[in-house]
Amino acid sequence: MIALIDYGMGNIGSIANMIKKMGGKSKVVTTAAELAGADKAILPGIGAFDQAVTTIHKLGLWDALNEFALVEKKPVLGICLGMQLLCNSSEEGKEKGFGWIDAEVKRFDFSAVEGASNLKIPHMGWNVVRPVVTDWPLFENWEDEMRFYFVHSYAASVNNTAHAKGKTFFGYEFDSVVGHENIFGFQCHPEKSHRFGKIVYKNFIDL
Amino acid sequence: MLANRVIPVLLLRNEGLVKTKQFKNPVYVGDPINAVKIFNDKEVDELSFIDIEASKLNKTPNYKLIERIASEAFMPLSYGGNVKSVDEVRTLIKIGIEKVIVNSQNFSNAQLISQLSDHFGSSTVIAGIDVKKNLWGKKELYSHNATKAQKGKIIEYCVELEKRGAGELLVNSIDRDGMMQGYDVELMGEIANSVSIPVIACGGAGKLQDINELYSKTNVTAFAAGSIFVFHGPHKAVLINYPSREQLKEIWKKQ
Repeated sequence: MIALIDYGMGNIGSIANMIKKMGGKSKVVTTAAELAGADKAILPGIGAFDQAVTTIHKLGLWDALNEFALVEKKPVLGICLGMQLLCNSSEEGKEKGFGWIDAEVKRFDFSAVEGASNLKIPHMGWNVVRPVVTDWPLFENWEDEMRFYFVHSYAASVNNTAHAKGKTFFGYEFDSVVGHENIFGFQCHPEKSHRFGKIVYKNFIDL
Repeated sequence: MLANRVIPVLLLRNEGLVKTKQFKNPVYVGDPINAVKIFNDKEVDELSFIDIEASKLNKTPNYKLIERIASEAFMPLSYGGNVKSVDEVRTLIKIGIEKVIVNSQNFSNAQLISQLSDHFGSSTVIAGIDVKKNLWGKKELYSHNATKAQKGKIIEYCVELEKRGAGELLVNSIDRDGMMQGYDVELMGEIANSVSIPVIACGGAGKLQDINELYSKTNVTAFAAGSIFVFHGPHKAVLINYPSREQLKEIWKKQ
């Protein structure tokens, strides 16, 4: 069973629909006790970094998720803001992220990019993810051009290049897919990305 | 690179899909769930659903229907139709909607967009703007499904909506709705140059070249349409359709 962490800021409905469609089982989880019964977790998220961190602490899920990911080594997938929470920090806020992925989240900055004056933030719409590794479980059965739906104003930049799994170009290349052992993160919304996203969710369900 | 978007706008009336002409004479074109399934197969960029009677009749969103639609939608989905509060939007997001379109309420509640934007982020909030020519050919703001004229200058109003926290503007030309004679290139271009958020142009697309024309002549990056995606051929038979990847590549070649 996949726990969908509900801290009041996620597109839980869309993710639950996708998991059901791909033959998986999910449950909306708001407490540490509920999380303990799951064998995988998804951290969704739309909204602001600090508010998310604060709410997860308030629900008593922060330590529980650390235990789940680092001690029990169960798979955790972060989506959008959920992916950013896996990183060390974000320029959007002052709170610390989980730090499971060695990366910092930064606001898109095109000041050094020539001809980027027409780029509008947020980065909103369909864009391509270019895998930078070959044997990674969530890239199984990937096609030539994998397109995903993105909506975000901040993007991850890894310190440890081994944690970068896929990159996307918007003014410059940023780390749109990250991972380390049992931790997986997608900046885009695979649950809203047709067959491309279905492949990602199928792979996560099959882990 | 980030792709431009082509967005079918589907109109809800009761439980069915309709298509209007100049916001009038709704003609039944099918079942919304069936339409979503077809648009899934066609890998559409995004879908918008607008309940055309919700504001006029002051109805709450039909959550049951929207949830059924969302459960079949594996693309970004927006909903418009008498959205009035943070709580309603929370429910809509919970059942699978990504963005809400707020239009008529912006004239009576100047705080709504900023409240929604503070709670859910600006990328969740689309401000809808309906424009219609008056008897003297001057373009004016309208609300409540083209039944209420509103005061204010169009460009100033668009800039104001961005300031309030809207993440996108959905601009609809009432006179061109369903006419399939092309977009209002001048209006859409002017608005796109006046704001820094994406403008979704709507109203008038009758062929793919109309999208290409607007794309070529303006800074618009999102192209919405109704008739072209639900009708086919000279007799306007109902047929859900969407350009193929190859056709889209042709559209994104500037004239």
